[in-house]
Amino acid sequence: MNSSTSRRRIYVPGDTGARSLGADDVAAALVNVTAVADNGYEIERNGTRGLYWLDPLLEVETASDRVAFGPITPADLDTLLTPDGKPNTQHPRHLGNVEDLDALKRQNRLTFERLGRTRPASLDDYRNNGGYAGLGKALAQSPQDVVETVKQSGLRGRGGAAFPTGIKWQTVLDAEGNQKYIVCNADEGDSGTFADRLVMECDPFALIEGMTIAGFATGASKGFIYIRSEYPQAISTMAQAIETATEAGYLGDDVLGSGTSFHIEIRKGAGAYICGEETSLLESLEGKRGTIRFRPPLPAIKGLFGQPTVVNNVISLATVPIILREGAEFYRDFGVGNSRGTLTVQLAGNAARGGLYEVDFGMTLGEVLNDLGGGTLSGRPIKAVQAGGPLGALIPPQHFDTPLDYEAMQTVGGMLGHGGIVVFDDTTDLGALARFSLEFCAIESCGKCTPCRIGAVRGTEVIDRIRAGENADANRILLDDLCDTMIDGSLCGLGGMAPLPVKSVLKHFPEEL
Amino acid sequence: MTQEAEIREIASQHAGMDGALLPILQAVHERFGYLPPPTTGAVADVLNLSKADVHGVVTFYHDFRTKAAGKHTIRVCRSEACQAVGAEQLAGHARKRLGIGFHETTPDGRYSLDPVYCLGNCACSPAVMIDDKVYGRVTPERFDELVD
Ligand SMILES: Cc1cc2nc3c(=O)[nH]c(=O)nc-3n(C[C@H](O)[C@H](O)[C@H](O)COP(=O)(O)O)c2cc1C
Ligand code: SF4
Ligand code: FES
Repeated sequence: MNSSTSRRRIYVPGDTGARSLGADDVAAALVNVTAVADNGYEIERNGTRGLYWLDPLLEVETASDRVAFGPITPADLDTLLTPDGKPNTQHPRHLGNVEDLDALKRQNRLTFERLGRTRPASLDDYRNNGGYAGLGKALAQSPQDVVETVKQSGLRGRGGAAFPTGIKWQTVLDAEGNQKYIVCNADEGDSGTFADRLVMECDPFALIEGMTIAGFATGASKGFIYIRSEYPQAISTMAQAIETATEAGYLGDDVLGSGTSFHIEIRKGAGAYICGEETSLLESLEGKRGTIRFRPPLPAIKGLFGQPTVVNNVISLATVPIILREGAEFYRDFGVGNSRGTLTVQLAGNAARGGLYEVDFGMTLGEVLNDLGGGTLSGRPIKAVQAGGPLGALIPPQHFDTPLDYEAMQTVGGMLGHGGIVVFDDTTDLGALARFSLEFCAIESCGKCTPCRIGAVRGTEVIDRIRAGENADANRILLDDLCDTMIDGSLCGLGGMAPLPVKSVLKHFPEEL
Repeated sequence: MTQEAEIREIASQHAGMDGALLPILQAVHERFGYLPPPTTGAVADVLNLSKADVHGVVTFYHDFRTKAAGKHTIRVCRSEACQAVGAEQLAGHARKRLGIGFHETTPDGRYSLDPVYCLGNCACSPAVMIDDKVYGRVTPERFDELVD
């Protein structure tokens, strides 16, 4: 940070998560703390560091450090500072220099290099911490060179399907169209995930920069961000950042005087999980019911309003600026196999230390769960974890040595998806969870194909019968068949994957059904 | 201005947008807290769509209500990460405390109770949203404080 010696600041995180744990009350109470006012501290709102077990995490800025305290309640504030205005190292919640926190040192924050370090609405903070250097480099190259860099980086889509981002961009660059589009998928419907929200609430310019680079690289002059309605703060923070970027010339008809035009518009979702699937999302953006489209044509050829369209997840797009700034090799050098760079793991549910862990691909599931996450919040043994959202299999502890790697996860029947990992302790009723998976599918089905629309409802009924002890053995076979029919016969991943949690319970925890 | 005239005005204001139907319905919803009966006809007319088209969109999205909601909307997350730390017990408690089921409104018109499938606050579960504000690690006791 470019902290001047005279400046004194206390940072209070302002994202939805920290606020849900009382950060606003802490910020309000700070104003009335004598040592804060007397020593000329300004109270600023940063983004969370993503270490939610420590939130609200306060940071007192000194000439050289930012000293952390957490988790903080208003009652902890009176002794936060010494009478002469220094951070009180004797405070029971004193954690030391924030950058030295073990939980941060064990991560490799690239996509989230600024998380919690900056004030989200500040373009200066963004630029002073590496922001917009990537766009500058991109604009000095040809669109084809930019696409090449993204290809070489090995970046794969972080929304779930892990498709190589550079190849998608190449298709759109090569496609003919009067008006190409960049559509950012910010529907983030998977339970256990919040990384997209963190980008939008804590580092919104990273997404804007990534989309602008995508627009330049593919010849798209218009971008849409489709944000779920459950994220009002992400919507308002993004809207403000778009305005700021436009005023500063980073968006508009002539981006930074380069002759490139790029505009971004926000659209709000309306509470449909299926609209996270890209073709459903495009239907919804066109103002229609969010039913799935048949493929082909691919959205990259015929997407929004029939035009060539890049649909990318928030994290994919927000990772592009650092790739352009530091180069493809820099990014590709992290990771394993065909999973290059970092995965932004979101550890959730019954985890002792839940939060955002951006780590190199290749770390094992067990390391994340135990070494970083500290096991369960309840202190009981982990029974299973669900990775990759509500459509991901339940993974038993015998597979916790699996590395975080798209292909390796598949070999144990799991998936990484958007990087969410939900922890369940040994008191969990996995049968109920399996049932919920189909119930959720029935609630969210777009209704286009029968296996999903009808199968999900029938599946919950069969599970109810098994659990009531009616013809349990015959019904288990029926349930397994029904799952296979859904997997094989569904048009999209909702019907095609919602049976996976059920099948994993049948396989690893048959006694739970 | 009649309700219908107001809906028409909102629709006309947004009619020039690409894919205008959803933003229009959202704006009407925002204004009235639900989609009043004249919505379908009025919006269809302004956008030159069939009523069936508009109706189809209204019924597809969970966010749209066709009946007035309570003064405050409470949404309890029922997804997996919240389930892992007691969301179902919390949901049961919320129904009991308010004396209503999901998708219902208290007789005094104060609260509507809805399920929600993830609020993106899954490292601070169980999560509850009241109007636009999210609360984390909500115990039944905390829930009572919030609605008192
Ligand atoms: C049922 C379903 C839900 C999905 N939900 C999301 C979502 O919420 N966010 C997202 O980015 N991708 C989601 N996807 C994946 C998208 O279809 C698409 O692959 C992705 O947006 C492409 O961007 P990426 O290549 O950057 O990952 C979903 C897919 C399915 C089948
Ligand atoms: S699987 Fe379900 S959500 Fe997907 S297209 Fe078929 S009905 Fe729609
Ligand atoms: S699962 Fe409840 S907030 Fe995400």
